[in-house]
Amino acid sequence: MTEFLTKYAYLIVPIVKIAILVFIVLTVDAYLTWIERKVIAHIQARWGPHRVGPHGLLQPLADGVKFIFKEDPLPAHVDKVAYFLAPFITLMLALTSLAVIPFGPQKFTVFGYETHVGIADVNISLLVLFAITALGVYGIALAGWGSNSKYSLLGGLRSSAQMISYELTLTLSVVGVLLIAGDFSLRNIVEQQASPARGLLTWNIFPQIIGFACFYIAAIAETNRVPFDLPEAESELVAGFHTEYASMKFAMFFIAEYTSMIAVSCLATILFFGGWLSPFPASWAFTHYLPSLLLIPFGLWIIYDGIRYENLFGRIVLPGVGTALTVVGGALVLLPVLNDAVQGPFWFFAKVFTFLFVYIWMRGTLPRFRYDQLMSFGWKFLLPVSIANVVLTSVVILWRMH
Amino acid sequence: MSGSLIIFFVLALLAVFAAISLIVQRHPIHSALSLIVVMIALAGLYLLMGAEFVAAVQIIVYGGAIMVLFVFVIMLLNAEEEERTNFSKLATYAGIPLALAVAGFIAAAIASSSGSLPAPESSGALTSTKTLSNLLFSDFVYPFELTSFLILVAILGAIVLAQRET
Repeated sequence: MTEFLTKYAYLIVPIVKIAILVFIVLTVDAYLTWIERKVIAHIQARWGPHRVGPHGLLQPLADGVKFIFKEDPLPAHVDKVAYFLAPFITLMLALTSLAVIPFGPQKFTVFGYETHVGIADVNISLLVLFAITALGVYGIALAGWGSNSKYSLLGGLRSSAQMISYELTLTLSVVGVLLIAGDFSLRNIVEQQASPARGLLTWNIFPQIIGFACFYIAAIAETNRVPFDLPEAESELVAGFHTEYASMKFAMFFIAEYTSMIAVSCLATILFFGGWLSPFPASWAFTHYLPSLLLIPFGLWIIYDGIRYENLFGRIVLPGVGTALTVVGGALVLLPVLNDAVQGPFWFFAKVFTFLFVYIWMRGTLPRFRYDQLMSFGWKFLLPVSIANVVLTSVVILWRMH
Repeated sequence: MSGSLIIFFVLALLAVFAAISLIVQRHPIHSALSLIVVMIALAGLYLLMGAEFVAAVQIIVYGGAIMVLFVFVIMLLNAEEEERTNFSKLATYAGIPLALAVAGFIAAAIASSSGSLPAPESSGALTSTKTLSNLLFSDFVYPFELTSFLILVAILGAIVLAQRET
Protein backbone atom coordinates (compact mmCIF):
# COMPACT_ATOMS: atom_id res chain seq x y z
CA MET A 1 0.00 0.00 0.00
CA THR A 2 2.72 2.44 1.06
CA GLU A 3 4.78 1.36 -1.96
CA PHE A 4 1.88 2.12 -4.29
CA LEU A 5 1.34 5.49 -2.63
CA THR A 6 5.03 6.39 -2.90
CA LYS A 7 5.14 5.40 -6.56
CA TYR A 8 2.06 7.32 -7.62
CA ALA A 9 2.35 10.18 -5.12
CA TYR A 10 2.68 12.68 -7.98
CA LEU A 11 -0.84 11.69 -9.07
CA ILE A 12 -2.57 10.96 -5.77
CA VAL A 13 -1.42 13.99 -3.79
CA PRO A 14 -2.75 16.55 -6.32
CA ILE A 15 -6.06 14.69 -6.63
CA VAL A 16 -6.52 14.67 -2.85
CA LYS A 17 -5.58 18.36 -2.72
CA ILE A 18 -8.10 19.16 -5.47
CA ALA A 19 -10.86 17.25 -3.65
CA ILE A 20 -10.13 19.11 -0.40
CA LEU A 21 -9.99 22.49 -2.11
CA VAL A 22 -13.26 21.93 -4.03
CA PHE A 23 -14.96 20.83 -0.81
CA ILE A 24 -13.72 23.92 1.04
CA VAL A 25 -14.58 26.30 -1.79
CA LEU A 26 -18.10 24.96 -2.25
CA THR A 27 -18.76 25.21 1.48
CA VAL A 28 -17.41 28.74 1.58
CA ASP A 29 -19.60 29.59 -1.44
CA ALA A 30 -22.67 28.30 0.36
CA TYR A 31 -21.91 30.28 3.51
CA LEU A 32 -20.96 33.33 1.47
CA THR A 33 -24.59 33.49 0.32
CA TRP A 34 -25.62 33.41 3.97
CA ILE A 35 -23.11 36.12 4.91
CA GLU A 36 -24.22 38.22 1.96
CA ARG A 37 -27.90 37.97 2.88
CA LYS A 38 -27.18 38.71 6.53
CA VAL A 39 -24.89 41.68 5.88
CA ILE A 40 -27.19 43.24 3.30
CA ALA A 41 -30.14 42.68 5.61
CA HIS A 42 -28.37 44.48 8.43
CA ILE A 43 -27.34 47.31 6.09
CA GLN A 44 -31.01 47.68 5.20
CA ALA A 45 -32.15 47.35 8.85
CA ARG A 46 -33.71 43.90 8.42
CA TRP A 47 -32.97 40.57 10.09
CA GLY A 48 -32.14 38.46 7.05
CA PRO A 49 -32.50 34.67 7.17
CA HIS A 50 -33.17 33.58 10.76
CA ARG A 51 -35.70 30.73 10.59
CA VAL A 52 -33.64 27.73 9.51
CA GLY A 53 -31.33 26.98 12.39
CA PRO A 54 -29.88 29.57 14.80
CA HIS A 55 -29.20 32.86 12.98
CA GLY A 56 -30.41 31.11 9.78
CA LEU A 57 -27.17 29.17 9.70
CA LEU A 58 -28.78 26.19 7.98
CA GLN A 59 -30.27 28.35 5.22
CA PRO A 60 -27.54 27.40 2.66
CA LEU A 61 -28.29 23.72 3.32
CA ALA A 62 -32.02 24.29 2.81
CA ASP A 63 -31.29 26.23 -0.40
CA GLY A 64 -29.10 23.41 -1.65
CA VAL A 65 -31.80 20.80 -1.01
CA LYS A 66 -34.33 23.04 -2.75
CA PHE A 67 -32.08 23.47 -5.80
CA ILE A 68 -31.60 19.71 -6.14
CA PHE A 69 -35.30 18.84 -5.87
CA LYS A 70 -36.68 21.59 -8.10
CA GLU A 71 -38.03 20.62 -11.50
CA ASP A 72 -35.60 21.37 -14.32
CA PRO A 73 -37.73 22.17 -17.37
CA LEU A 74 -36.17 22.58 -20.81
CA PRO A 75 -37.50 25.72 -22.51
CA ALA A 76 -38.79 25.35 -26.07
CA HIS A 77 -36.43 25.87 -29.04
CA VAL A 78 -33.24 26.23 -27.03
CA ASP A 79 -29.91 25.43 -28.62
CA LYS A 80 -29.28 22.24 -26.64
CA VAL A 81 -25.48 22.22 -26.94
CA ALA A 82 -25.04 25.79 -25.79
CA TYR A 83 -27.80 25.56 -23.17
CA PHE A 84 -26.30 22.52 -21.43
CA LEU A 85 -22.66 23.48 -21.91
CA ALA A 86 -22.92 27.04 -20.55
CA PRO A 87 -23.33 26.34 -16.80
CA PHE A 88 -20.63 23.68 -16.93
CA ILE A 89 -18.14 25.97 -18.69
CA THR A 90 -18.84 28.77 -16.24
CA LEU A 91 -18.44 26.64 -13.13
CA MET A 92 -15.46 24.69 -14.46
CA LEU A 93 -13.48 27.82 -15.34
CA ALA A 94 -14.32 29.50 -12.05
CA LEU A 95 -13.07 26.50 -10.08
CA THR A 96 -9.99 26.07 -12.31
CA SER A 97 -8.89 29.62 -11.60
CA LEU A 98 -8.31 28.66 -7.95
CA ALA A 99 -5.85 25.95 -8.99
CA VAL A 100 -2.87 28.28 -9.44
CA ILE A 101 -3.35 30.32 -6.27
CA PRO A 102 -0.83 29.69 -3.46
CA PHE A 103 -2.52 29.84 -0.04
CA GLY A 104 0.52 29.72 2.20
CA PRO A 105 4.32 29.70 2.32
CA GLN A 106 4.94 26.14 3.60
CA LYS A 107 6.30 23.23 1.63
CA PHE A 108 5.67 19.76 3.00
CA THR A 109 6.52 16.23 1.92
CA VAL A 110 3.88 13.51 1.59
CA PHE A 111 5.10 9.99 0.67
CA GLY A 112 8.33 11.41 -0.70
CA TYR A 113 6.54 13.95 -2.86
CA GLU A 114 7.26 17.58 -2.11
CA THR A 115 4.22 19.78 -2.33
CA HIS A 116 2.84 23.05 -0.96
CA VAL A 117 -0.35 24.78 0.15
CA GLY A 118 -2.19 25.28 -3.14
CA ILE A 119 -2.69 22.98 -6.09
CA ALA A 120 -0.33 23.91 -8.93
CA ASP A 121 2.80 26.03 -8.65
CA VAL A 122 3.30 27.22 -12.23
CA ASN A 123 5.86 29.88 -13.00
CA ILE A 124 3.38 31.73 -15.24
CA SER A 125 0.47 31.48 -12.79
CA LEU A 126 -0.68 35.05 -13.38
CA LEU A 127 -0.91 34.48 -17.15
CA VAL A 128 -2.76 31.21 -16.58
CA LEU A 129 -5.22 33.05 -14.40
CA PHE A 130 -5.81 35.68 -17.08
CA ALA A 131 -6.20 32.97 -19.73
CA ILE A 132 -8.91 31.33 -17.64
CA THR A 133 -10.62 34.69 -17.08
CA ALA A 134 -10.49 35.36 -20.82
CA LEU A 135 -12.39 32.14 -21.49
CA GLY A 136 -14.93 32.91 -18.77
CA VAL A 137 -17.00 35.07 -21.11
CA TYR A 138 -18.16 32.08 -23.13
CA GLY A 139 -20.23 30.53 -20.37
CA ILE A 140 -22.34 33.64 -19.96
CA ALA A 141 -22.49 34.49 -23.67
CA LEU A 142 -23.57 30.95 -24.56
CA ALA A 143 -26.14 30.86 -21.76
CA GLY A 144 -27.62 34.10 -23.07
CA TRP A 145 -27.64 33.03 -26.69
CA GLY A 146 -28.59 29.39 -26.18
CA SER A 147 -31.72 29.91 -24.08
CA ASN A 148 -33.69 31.42 -26.96
CA SER A 149 -35.11 34.30 -24.96
CA LYS A 150 -34.75 38.01 -25.56
CA TYR A 151 -33.91 38.80 -21.94
CA SER A 152 -31.20 36.14 -21.88
CA LEU A 153 -29.78 37.30 -25.20
CA LEU A 154 -29.62 40.92 -24.04
CA GLY A 155 -27.98 39.84 -20.79
CA GLY A 156 -25.45 37.70 -22.65
CA LEU A 157 -24.60 40.49 -25.10
CA ARG A 158 -24.21 43.05 -22.33
CA SER A 159 -22.02 40.70 -20.41
CA SER A 160 -19.71 39.91 -23.34
CA ALA A 161 -19.28 43.59 -24.18
CA GLN A 162 -18.66 44.46 -20.54
CA MET A 163 -16.15 41.70 -19.98
CA ILE A 164 -14.21 42.50 -23.17
CA SER A 165 -14.02 46.15 -22.15
CA TYR A 166 -12.92 45.59 -18.57
CA GLU A 167 -10.53 42.75 -19.29
CA LEU A 168 -8.12 45.24 -20.87
CA THR A 169 -8.05 47.33 -17.72
CA LEU A 170 -7.76 44.24 -15.54
CA THR A 171 -4.68 43.07 -17.42
CA LEU A 172 -3.05 46.49 -17.70
CA SER A 173 -3.56 47.37 -14.03
CA VAL A 174 -1.45 44.35 -13.02
CA VAL A 175 1.48 45.34 -15.25
CA GLY A 176 2.73 47.76 -12.58
CA VAL A 177 3.05 44.90 -10.08
CA LEU A 178 4.76 42.76 -12.70
CA LEU A 179 7.26 45.53 -13.39
CA ILE A 180 8.12 45.73 -9.71
CA ALA A 181 8.29 41.97 -9.19
CA GLY A 182 9.80 41.02 -12.56
CA ASP A 183 8.08 37.65 -12.38
CA PHE A 184 4.80 35.99 -13.38
CA SER A 185 4.77 33.53 -10.49
CA LEU A 186 2.29 34.49 -7.79
CA ARG A 187 4.48 32.83 -5.15
CA ASN A 188 7.47 34.97 -6.12
CA ILE A 189 5.32 38.10 -6.28
CA VAL A 190 4.33 37.51 -2.65
CA GLU A 191 7.86 36.69 -1.52
CA GLN A 192 9.20 39.80 -3.21
CA GLN A 193 6.90 41.89 -0.99
CA ALA A 194 8.23 40.33 2.19
CA SER A 195 10.35 42.32 4.62
CA PRO A 196 10.61 41.05 8.19
CA ALA A 197 11.64 44.43 9.58
CA ARG A 198 9.01 46.71 8.06
CA GLY A 199 5.85 44.58 7.81
CA LEU A 200 3.14 45.98 5.66
CA LEU A 201 5.13 49.00 4.45
CA THR A 202 6.73 47.01 1.61
CA TRP A 203 3.47 45.69 0.18
CA ASN A 204 2.69 46.55 -3.41
CA ILE A 205 -0.37 48.55 -2.45
CA PHE A 206 1.72 51.63 -1.58
CA PRO A 207 3.60 52.11 -4.87
CA GLN A 208 0.65 50.70 -6.84
CA ILE A 209 -2.38 52.36 -5.28
CA ILE A 210 -3.64 53.55 -8.68
CA GLY A 211 -3.07 50.09 -10.12
CA PHE A 212 -4.99 48.55 -7.25
CA ALA A 213 -7.96 50.90 -7.72
CA CYS A 214 -8.12 50.04 -11.44
CA PHE A 215 -7.67 46.35 -10.71
CA TYR A 216 -10.40 46.13 -8.12
CA ILE A 217 -12.96 48.10 -10.15
CA ALA A 218 -12.23 46.04 -13.28
CA ALA A 219 -12.36 42.82 -11.26
CA ILE A 220 -15.80 43.68 -9.90
CA ALA A 221 -16.94 44.31 -13.46
CA GLU A 222 -15.44 41.01 -14.58
CA THR A 223 -17.34 39.09 -11.91
CA ASN A 224 -20.60 40.87 -12.85
CA ARG A 225 -21.24 42.16 -9.36
CA VAL A 226 -22.95 45.35 -8.18
CA PRO A 227 -22.48 48.13 -9.32
CA PHE A 228 -21.61 46.43 -12.63
CA ASP A 229 -24.26 43.70 -12.62
CA LEU A 230 -25.84 44.90 -15.87
CA PRO A 231 -25.97 41.36 -17.35
CA GLU A 232 -28.48 40.34 -14.71
CA ALA A 233 -30.18 43.66 -14.04
CA GLU A 234 -33.43 42.36 -12.57
CA SER A 235 -35.34 45.60 -13.08
CA GLU A 236 -34.80 45.49 -16.85
CA LEU A 237 -33.89 41.95 -17.88
CA VAL A 238 -35.80 39.71 -15.41
CA ALA A 239 -32.57 37.87 -14.49
CA GLY A 240 -30.40 38.41 -17.55
CA PHE A 241 -28.44 35.52 -18.97
CA HIS A 242 -29.76 32.93 -16.52
CA THR A 243 -33.46 33.78 -16.90
CA GLU A 244 -34.26 30.42 -18.52
CA TYR A 245 -32.27 28.28 -16.13
CA ALA A 246 -33.74 26.45 -13.17
CA SER A 247 -32.74 24.00 -10.48
CA MET A 248 -29.10 22.91 -10.24
CA LYS A 249 -28.08 24.62 -13.51
CA PHE A 250 -29.19 27.94 -12.04
CA ALA A 251 -27.29 27.12 -8.87
CA MET A 252 -24.16 26.38 -10.91
CA PHE A 253 -24.13 29.94 -12.24
CA PHE A 254 -24.35 31.21 -8.70
CA ILE A 255 -21.63 28.93 -7.39
CA ALA A 256 -19.44 30.08 -10.29
CA GLU A 257 -20.12 33.74 -9.47
CA TYR A 258 -19.17 33.30 -5.82
CA THR A 259 -16.13 31.21 -6.72
CA SER A 260 -14.84 33.90 -9.05
CA MET A 261 -15.42 36.44 -6.27
CA ILE A 262 -13.16 34.31 -4.08
CA ALA A 263 -10.58 34.01 -6.89
CA VAL A 264 -10.53 37.77 -7.45
CA SER A 265 -10.18 38.42 -3.72
CA CYS A 266 -7.27 35.96 -3.56
CA LEU A 267 -5.63 37.66 -6.51
CA ALA A 268 -6.01 41.14 -5.00
CA THR A 269 -4.54 39.82 -1.75
CA ILE A 270 -1.56 38.25 -3.49
CA LEU A 271 -0.77 41.05 -5.92
CA PHE A 272 -1.24 44.09 -3.73
CA PHE A 273 -1.57 43.05 -0.07
CA GLY A 274 1.30 40.66 0.45
CA GLY A 275 -0.58 37.37 0.27
CA TRP A 276 0.14 35.32 3.39
CA LEU A 277 2.57 37.87 4.88
CA SER A 278 1.79 39.33 8.27
CA PRO A 279 1.22 43.10 8.27
CA PHE A 280 3.35 43.45 11.40
CA PRO A 281 7.14 43.40 11.66
CA ALA A 282 8.55 40.01 12.64
CA SER A 283 9.90 41.43 15.92
CA TRP A 284 6.37 41.93 17.26
CA ALA A 285 6.11 38.38 18.61
CA PHE A 286 2.72 38.85 20.27
CA THR A 287 1.04 39.22 16.85
CA HIS A 288 1.66 35.50 16.36
CA TYR A 289 -1.08 34.86 18.88
CA LEU A 290 -3.73 36.84 16.99
CA PRO A 291 -5.39 33.68 15.52
CA SER A 292 -5.90 32.27 19.03
CA LEU A 293 -6.92 35.69 20.30
CA LEU A 294 -9.72 35.68 17.72
CA LEU A 295 -10.66 32.00 18.01
CA ILE A 296 -11.00 31.69 21.81
CA PRO A 297 -13.41 34.62 22.42
CA PHE A 298 -15.37 33.65 19.28
CA GLY A 299 -15.71 30.06 20.50
CA LEU A 300 -16.76 31.21 23.98
CA TRP A 301 -19.30 33.58 22.49
CA ILE A 302 -20.77 30.78 20.35
CA ILE A 303 -21.17 28.60 23.47
CA TYR A 304 -22.88 31.46 25.32
CA ASP A 305 -25.06 32.27 22.31
CA GLY A 306 -26.02 28.63 21.70
CA ILE A 307 -27.27 28.03 25.23
CA ARG A 308 -30.05 30.57 24.74
CA TYR A 309 -31.74 28.36 22.10
CA GLU A 310 -33.86 25.67 23.69
CA ASN A 311 -33.46 23.01 20.98
CA LEU A 312 -30.98 20.49 19.66
CA PHE A 313 -28.88 23.18 17.96
CA GLY A 314 -28.69 25.44 20.94
CA ARG A 315 -28.07 22.66 23.46
CA ILE A 316 -25.60 20.50 21.53
CA VAL A 317 -24.39 21.71 18.10
CA LEU A 318 -23.52 25.35 18.79
CA PRO A 319 -21.83 24.72 22.17
CA GLY A 320 -19.97 21.82 20.51
CA VAL A 321 -18.70 24.04 17.70
CA GLY A 322 -17.80 26.72 20.22
CA THR A 323 -15.88 24.27 22.39
CA ALA A 324 -14.02 22.97 19.33
CA LEU A 325 -13.01 26.49 18.30
CA THR A 326 -11.89 27.33 21.83
CA VAL A 327 -9.84 24.12 22.04
CA VAL A 328 -8.20 24.88 18.67
CA GLY A 329 -7.41 28.39 19.87
CA GLY A 330 -5.91 27.02 23.08
CA ALA A 331 -3.88 24.43 21.18
CA LEU A 332 -2.40 27.19 19.04
CA VAL A 333 -1.18 28.99 22.17
CA LEU A 334 0.33 25.80 23.64
CA LEU A 335 1.92 24.35 20.49
CA PRO A 336 4.29 26.86 18.81
CA VAL A 337 4.85 24.52 15.79
CA LEU A 338 1.16 24.50 14.98
CA ASN A 339 0.91 28.23 15.59
CA ASP A 340 3.71 28.97 13.11
CA ALA A 341 2.09 26.75 10.48
CA VAL A 342 -1.20 28.59 10.83
CA GLN A 343 0.23 32.13 10.47
CA GLY A 344 0.39 32.21 6.64
CA PRO A 345 -3.06 30.80 5.88
CA PHE A 346 -4.55 32.91 8.71
CA TRP A 347 -3.39 36.22 7.22
CA PHE A 348 -4.25 35.06 3.71
CA PHE A 349 -7.83 34.16 4.58
CA ALA A 350 -8.26 37.23 6.76
CA LYS A 351 -7.38 39.44 3.80
CA VAL A 352 -9.51 37.43 1.36
CA PHE A 353 -12.46 37.65 3.72
CA THR A 354 -12.02 41.42 3.97
CA PHE A 355 -12.24 41.73 0.20
CA LEU A 356 -15.31 39.49 0.09
CA PHE A 357 -16.89 41.70 2.74
CA VAL A 358 -16.15 44.79 0.62
CA TYR A 359 -17.91 43.07 -2.30
CA ILE A 360 -21.03 42.57 -0.17
CA TRP A 361 -20.75 46.01 1.37
CA MET A 362 -20.73 47.56 -2.09
CA ARG A 363 -23.78 45.56 -3.10
CA GLY A 364 -25.62 46.99 -0.13
CA THR A 365 -24.45 50.54 -0.83
CA LEU A 366 -24.06 51.40 -4.50
CA PRO A 367 -26.73 51.72 -7.21
CA ARG A 368 -26.25 50.09 -10.59
CA PHE A 369 -24.52 51.92 -13.46
CA ARG A 370 -26.44 52.85 -16.61
CA TYR A 371 -25.09 50.96 -19.60
CA ASP A 372 -23.58 53.95 -21.44
CA GLN A 373 -22.03 55.15 -18.16
CA LEU A 374 -20.48 51.72 -17.74
CA MET A 375 -18.91 51.81 -21.19
CA SER A 376 -17.64 55.39 -21.05
CA PHE A 377 -16.28 54.83 -17.53
CA GLY A 378 -14.41 51.74 -18.65
CA TRP A 379 -12.97 53.05 -21.89
CA LYS A 380 -12.56 56.77 -21.27
CA PHE A 381 -11.50 56.80 -17.63
CA LEU A 382 -10.30 53.46 -16.30
CA LEU A 383 -8.27 52.34 -19.33
CA PRO A 384 -6.29 55.62 -19.72
CA VAL A 385 -5.61 55.71 -15.98
CA SER A 386 -4.27 52.15 -16.00
CA ILE A 387 -2.06 52.93 -19.02
CA ALA A 388 -0.78 56.06 -17.24
CA ASN A 389 -0.02 53.88 -14.21
CA VAL A 390 2.11 51.57 -16.36
CA VAL A 391 4.04 54.52 -17.81
CA LEU A 392 4.50 56.12 -14.39
CA THR A 393 5.71 52.90 -12.80
CA SER A 394 8.18 52.25 -15.62
CA VAL A 395 9.57 55.78 -15.36
CA VAL A 396 10.05 55.51 -11.60
CA ILE A 397 11.74 52.11 -11.93
CA LEU A 398 14.08 53.47 -14.63
CA TRP A 399 14.82 56.52 -12.47
CA ARG A 400 15.83 54.31 -9.56
CA MET A 401 18.03 52.14 -11.77
CA HIS A 402 20.15 55.09 -12.89
CA MET B 1 4.43 5.19 -24.93
CA SER B 2 5.45 8.06 -22.71
CA GLY B 3 2.95 10.32 -21.00
CA SER B 4 3.76 13.36 -23.09
CA LEU B 5 3.26 11.37 -26.31
CA ILE B 6 -0.21 10.29 -25.17
CA ILE B 7 -1.09 13.89 -24.32
CA PHE B 8 0.25 14.97 -27.70
CA PHE B 9 -1.99 12.52 -29.56
CA VAL B 10 -5.05 13.42 -27.49
CA LEU B 11 -4.52 17.13 -28.17
CA ALA B 12 -3.70 16.60 -31.85
CA LEU B 13 -6.80 14.46 -32.40
CA LEU B 14 -8.89 17.01 -30.53
CA ALA B 15 -7.54 19.80 -32.74
CA VAL B 16 -8.16 17.86 -35.96
CA PHE B 17 -11.69 16.78 -35.02
CA ALA B 18 -12.60 20.26 -33.87
CA ALA B 19 -11.23 21.68 -37.12
CA ILE B 20 -13.38 19.24 -39.14
CA SER B 21 -16.37 20.10 -36.95
CA LEU B 22 -15.70 23.79 -37.62
CA ILE B 23 -16.32 23.22 -41.34
CA VAL B 24 -19.10 20.66 -41.06
CA GLN B 25 -21.26 22.49 -38.50
CA ARG B 26 -24.14 24.40 -40.03
CA HIS B 27 -24.65 26.93 -37.29
CA PRO B 28 -22.12 29.81 -37.08
CA ILE B 29 -22.01 29.65 -33.26
CA HIS B 30 -21.22 25.94 -33.30
CA SER B 31 -18.45 26.60 -35.82
CA ALA B 32 -17.06 29.34 -33.61
CA LEU B 33 -17.14 27.01 -30.59
CA SER B 34 -15.23 24.38 -32.57
CA LEU B 35 -12.63 26.99 -33.46
CA ILE B 36 -12.22 27.81 -29.76
CA VAL B 37 -11.56 24.12 -29.07
CA VAL B 38 -8.92 24.14 -31.84
CA MET B 39 -7.24 27.17 -30.25
CA ILE B 40 -7.18 25.60 -26.79
CA ALA B 41 -5.83 22.29 -28.16
CA LEU B 42 -3.08 24.22 -29.95
CA ALA B 43 -2.25 26.04 -26.72
CA GLY B 44 -1.90 22.64 -25.07
CA LEU B 45 0.50 21.55 -27.82
CA TYR B 46 2.61 24.69 -27.30
CA LEU B 47 2.72 23.94 -23.59
CA LEU B 48 3.88 20.40 -24.37
CA MET B 49 6.80 21.87 -26.33
CA GLY B 50 7.80 24.06 -23.38
CA ALA B 51 6.56 27.33 -24.89
CA GLU B 52 4.56 28.29 -21.82
CA PHE B 53 4.34 32.01 -22.57
CA VAL B 54 3.13 31.38 -26.13
CA ALA B 55 0.56 28.90 -24.81
CA ALA B 56 -0.85 31.40 -22.32
CA VAL B 57 -0.90 34.18 -24.90
CA GLN B 58 -2.55 31.83 -27.41
CA ILE B 59 -5.46 31.33 -25.02
CA ILE B 60 -5.63 34.97 -23.89
CA VAL B 61 -5.48 36.50 -27.37
CA TYR B 62 -6.97 33.90 -29.73
CA GLY B 63 -9.12 31.83 -27.40
CA GLY B 64 -10.23 34.84 -25.39
CA ALA B 65 -10.23 38.19 -27.14
CA ILE B 66 -10.56 37.34 -30.83
CA MET B 67 -13.03 34.48 -30.53
CA VAL B 68 -15.16 36.43 -28.05
CA LEU B 69 -15.48 39.13 -30.69
CA PHE B 70 -16.48 36.47 -33.26
CA VAL B 71 -19.12 35.02 -30.96
CA PHE B 72 -20.26 38.51 -30.01
CA VAL B 73 -20.75 39.53 -33.65
CA ILE B 74 -22.55 36.29 -34.53
CA MET B 75 -24.87 36.78 -31.56
CA LEU B 76 -25.43 40.43 -32.37
CA LEU B 77 -26.32 39.73 -36.01
CA ASN B 78 -28.45 36.78 -34.85
CA ALA B 79 -27.07 34.64 -37.68
CA GLU B 80 -29.35 31.76 -38.66
CA GLU B 81 -28.38 28.25 -39.67
CA GLU B 82 -26.61 28.05 -42.99
CA GLU B 83 -28.52 26.49 -45.88
CA ARG B 84 -26.65 23.56 -47.35
CA THR B 85 -26.43 23.97 -51.13
CA ASN B 86 -25.25 21.53 -53.78
CA PHE B 87 -21.54 21.70 -54.42
CA SER B 88 -20.67 24.21 -57.07
CA LYS B 89 -19.04 22.77 -60.17
CA LEU B 90 -15.78 24.57 -59.48
CA ALA B 91 -15.55 23.14 -55.95
CA THR B 92 -16.05 19.58 -57.23
CA TYR B 93 -13.75 19.61 -60.23
CA ALA B 94 -11.00 21.95 -59.03
CA GLY B 95 -11.27 21.77 -55.22
CA ILE B 96 -11.06 18.04 -54.56
CA PRO B 97 -7.96 17.41 -56.78
CA LEU B 98 -6.33 20.50 -55.29
CA ALA B 99 -7.00 19.33 -51.73
CA LEU B 100 -5.60 15.88 -52.58
CA ALA B 101 -2.52 17.50 -54.14
CA VAL B 102 -1.85 19.62 -51.06
CA ALA B 103 -2.28 16.62 -48.77
CA GLY B 104 0.09 14.64 -51.00
CA PHE B 105 2.73 17.36 -50.96
CA ILE B 106 2.64 17.65 -47.19
CA ALA B 107 2.79 13.88 -46.77
CA ALA B 108 5.72 13.65 -49.20
CA ALA B 109 7.57 16.45 -47.43
CA ILE B 110 7.15 14.78 -44.05
CA ALA B 111 8.07 11.33 -45.41
CA SER B 112 11.25 12.54 -47.12
CA SER B 113 12.55 14.57 -44.20
CA SER B 114 11.53 12.42 -41.25
CA GLY B 115 15.12 11.32 -40.67
CA SER B 116 16.56 14.82 -40.69
CA LEU B 117 13.85 16.63 -38.69
CA PRO B 118 15.41 18.13 -35.58
CA ALA B 119 13.60 16.76 -32.55
CA PRO B 120 12.30 19.46 -30.21
CA GLU B 121 14.29 19.68 -27.03
CA SER B 122 12.45 17.71 -24.40
CA SER B 123 14.67 18.64 -21.49
CA GLY B 124 11.58 19.83 -19.63
CA ALA B 125 13.16 23.22 -19.02
CA LEU B 126 10.69 25.94 -19.90
CA THR B 127 11.81 29.04 -21.74
CA SER B 128 11.54 31.79 -19.22
CA THR B 129 9.49 34.82 -20.06
CA LYS B 130 12.51 36.99 -19.24
CA THR B 131 14.60 35.39 -21.99
CA LEU B 132 11.74 35.83 -24.42
CA SER B 133 11.25 39.51 -23.64
CA ASN B 134 15.00 40.17 -23.76
CA LEU B 135 15.10 38.69 -27.26
CA LEU B 136 11.98 40.58 -28.30
CA PHE B 137 13.32 43.96 -27.19
CA SER B 138 16.95 43.56 -28.28
CA ASP B 139 17.47 41.30 -31.30
CA PHE B 140 13.98 41.51 -32.76
CA VAL B 141 13.12 45.07 -31.75
CA TYR B 142 12.61 46.35 -35.32
CA PRO B 143 10.19 43.62 -36.48
CA PHE B 144 8.40 44.02 -33.15
CA GLU B 145 8.05 47.79 -33.51
CA LEU B 146 7.01 47.46 -37.16
CA THR B 147 4.26 45.00 -36.21
CA SER B 148 3.03 47.35 -33.49
CA PHE B 149 2.98 50.16 -36.04
CA LEU B 150 1.00 47.99 -38.46
CA ILE B 151 -1.58 47.23 -35.78
CA LEU B 152 -1.78 50.93 -34.89
CA VAL B 153 -2.52 51.73 -38.55
CA ALA B 154 -5.23 49.08 -38.58
CA ILE B 155 -6.80 50.54 -35.41
CA LEU B 156 -6.75 54.06 -36.91
CA GLY B 157 -8.33 52.67 -40.09
CA ALA B 158 -11.10 51.02 -38.08
CA ILE B 159 -11.82 54.28 -36.26
CA VAL B 160 -11.93 56.25 -39.52
CA LEU B 161 -14.29 53.72 -41.10
CA ALA B 162 -16.55 53.70 -38.05
CA GLN B 163 -16.71 57.52 -38.00
CA ARG B 164 -17.77 57.71 -41.64
CA GLU B 165 -20.91 55.74 -40.80
CA THR B 166 -22.44 58.43 -38.60
